[in-house]
Amino acid sequence: MMRILEGGTSTTVQDLGRFGQYHIGMPPSGAMDQFSHRVANALVGNDEDAAALEMTYQGSTIEFTEDAVIALTGAEMPVELDGEPVPMYSAVRVEAGQTLDAEFATEGARTYLAVAGGIDVPEVMGSRSTYTLVGIGGLEGRTLQEGDELPVGDGGADAEAVLGNSVAEERVAGVAPEEGVRVIVGLFDYRLTDESRAELTDAEWTVTPEADRVGYRLEGPELDFVEREQPFGAGTDPSNVVDVGYPIGSIQLPQQPIVVMRDAVTGGGYATVGTVISTDRDVLAQRRTHETVSFEAVTLEEAVEARTARNERLEAIVESLDP
Amino acid sequence: MATESVTAPMPGVFYRRPDPEEPPFVEVGDEVTEGEKVGLVGVMKNFHDINAPTDGTIAAINFENEEAVEAGDEVIEIETA
Repeated sequence: MMRILEGGTSTTVQDLGRFGQYHIGMPPSGAMDQFSHRVANALVGNDEDAAALEMTYQGSTIEFTEDAVIALTGAEMPVELDGEPVPMYSAVRVEAGQTLDAEFATEGARTYLAVAGGIDVPEVMGSRSTYTLVGIGGLEGRTLQEGDELPVGDGGADAEAVLGNSVAEERVAGVAPEEGVRVIVGLFDYRLTDESRAELTDAEWTVTPEADRVGYRLEGPELDFVEREQPFGAGTDPSNVVDVGYPIGSIQLPQQPIVVMRDAVTGGGYATVGTVISTDRDVLAQRRTHETVSFEAVTLEEAVEARTARNERLEAIVESLDP
Repeated sequence: MATESVTAPMPGVFYRRPDPEEPPFVEVGDEVTEGEKVGLVGVMKNFHDINAPTDGTIAAINFENEEAVEAGDEVIEIETA
C-alpha cells in the first residue's frame, strides 16, 4: 500500500488510457507523456499499460507500507527516500515504512512514478486512468490528497531481477525546447487568412498558467479568420464551424490557441487548424507554464515516420531491461 | 541585519491576496513569523502557498499581484533581526 502524506500540485493515477469510448464523448485520459510512462513501467518490469502516478510540478509525499520497487521518469524532480536522493530512470528498492518525498520539478512538468505490480485501483471502462472532469478512474476520479491509500498490485516482477535496471540519459533525451513541435496542418486551416496561417507556424507561443491535462492554452499573436457568412449549424463567431470531432492534439482557436489534450472534450464547433502529432504531444506535455513552443508543419508520412522512430527507440529501451 | 528571499517554487501567477476582495497577505514593513503565508502561486487552477522562511520584516515585494513568476524568482524579501 502507498499512503499519501501530501498530494502535491496535481498527482493522478494514469495508465496508457481509456480507449474505444471517444464516440460517446469520453476522452482517453492516460499519461500525458506516454513515452516516459512506458519507460517507467519497463524499468520495474510491469506491462506497458500498468497504472502509475503522474505528478505535475510538485510531486507527492508517499509512505510505503510494504516493500516495493519503484522507478521515476519524465520531468526532472528532486526525490528523496528517507532523506536519501533517489536516482531517476533506475529501478529503486523501497522498504516497508520508508517515505518518498518529491519536490518541485526543476525541468519539465510531469514526472512518472511506477511501482512493480502497478497501482491497483479498479478499472473503469477498461482503464485505471483518472478523468477528473467527470470524476472517474484512478482514486475516486480525482487528484491525490493527504490520507489517500493506493493498493499495489500483486504479481509484480521479482525485485532481484529488475533492481539492476536503469536507462542512460541519452536514450531518453526528448526533443530540445528550441525544436518545433510538429503539427499536421488542417482540417480548417483554410478558414485562416494567409497571413495568420503563416503565423501559426512562424510565431513563438507561450504556455499559459491554465495549460493542463484538458488543454494547453497558448498565448501569442492574434490570428484572423477569413470573413464569411456562417453556414447553417455553425455558431456566429468566425472561429466556429458546424460541429466536428476534435482529434487529440488538435489546435483550436476560440481566440488564442488551445491544444486539445488527453482529458478534453471530444468534439464541438471550433475550427481546428492543425494537430500536434502523437510523438510530440509527449514533448508538449513536458513544456512548463511560461515556456515557449513553436509549431513545425509536417506531412502525415513524416508524422508516421516520427512515430515509428519513437516506437523503435522505446522498444530498444524495453529490450535492454530485465522484465 | 540580513535579508532572506522568498522564492516561487514553480512557474505560475503570483497572488498577493487570498481573494480579489481581500486585503493582501502582507505589505512592506509588516512583521511576519516563520511559516506565515505571504503569497500564492497559481498554476493549472491550483494555488500553492508561499510561506515566510523566517521571522522578520517584509523589506520588499518584487512582483505585482497576478504577475507571472518563474520557479526560483525572489518574490518577497524579508529582513531578519
